[in-house]
Amino acid sequence: MLKYIIPLLLFIILAVFLGLGLNLKPNDIPSPFINKPAPHFSAPKLNAPEEKLTPADLKGQVWLFNVWASWCVSCRAEHPILNQFAKQYAVVIIGLNYKDEPEDAKTWLKTLGNPYNVSIMDQDGRIGIDYGVYGVPETFVIDKKGLIRYKHTGPVSVADVQNIFLPLIAKLEAES
Amino acid sequence: MKPLLLVFLLMISISSHAVDSRQLSDPKQQESYETLTKELRCLVCQNQTIADSNAELAGDLRRQVYEMLEQGKSEQDIIRFMTDRYGDFVLYKPPFEGKTSLLWIAPVVFLFMGLMMVFFVIRRKRANAKVHVDALEINTEKQKKVRSLLEKGELS
Repeated sequence: MLKYIIPLLLFIILAVFLGLGLNLKPNDIPSPFINKPAPHFSAPKLNAPEEKLTPADLKGQVWLFNVWASWCVSCRAEHPILNQFAKQYAVVIIGLNYKDEPEDAKTWLKTLGNPYNVSIMDQDGRIGIDYGVYGVPETFVIDKKGLIRYKHTGPVSVADVQNIFLPLIAKLEAES
Repeated sequence: MKPLLLVFLLMISISSHAVDSRQLSDPKQQESYETLTKELRCLVCQNQTIADSNAELAGDLRRQVYEMLEQGKSEQDIIRFMTDRYGDFVLYKPPFEGKTSLLWIAPVVFLFMGLMMVFFVIRRKRANAKVHVDALEINTEKQKKVRSLLEKGELS
């Protein structure tokens, strides 16, 4: 009897681990920034390089911080969703134009539409490092107090907007 | 033989060179630079260190390590800088804590399980071997009997 039970048990244990492994997302590295203040930056705006933007300028409102680049293929997939999102729900989206050529970035926004209130430039990737960016696109949700409340890695889908972003933004808007 | 040797020598020279090498004036700092870039994970490729990877982010992180060393930051400062931003995942050697205890203990547990299995298999094999030897002894006895019977047959 034991002869059959032991292999069966081993098989069940293995199956459970493999099953868990199927649902793991090795690319979703937990962000250490959740509930921490958004790191400081003071970066030139893409469309007006002489003006700078800092996170302090956005205090008191809920905003999305979307990391994008014209060379990023997944950003192209995400872009129409962000356009729709910005138009339909009047959310504040700040773009971090990550390691990009300003001219390429401007052309991209002209041809594909601009969902961003402002885009800032991070040509050498230093702001990216401060935000722990490792895979573009990434999207942070920052609350009224300037705390990062959520980080999304990879392109935002329509379902993500409906199921994650909208409820979260509504919740954060309700906070004082 | 010689061309083959040459090919192997070429392989060695490729793997031992860093993707790009920065030189710090202080040899101690240079040593820190090399150990740090070998301990930090490239988050894009995940199974390469930032010393090995030629991904853009790995290059930026190497620059960051280099600059921080130049500013006189210690290895701990740099490790903290990286884990503050990328979490423990950036370290090839994760710290021992509740979450990672399984990671550290599992190899020991598996080694123990393996040793136990080897022990039981050997013990069983030995027991089986003994049975075989017994069987062999019986056989030789039988053979003797057969031989003596045959001899008797030849006589009659």
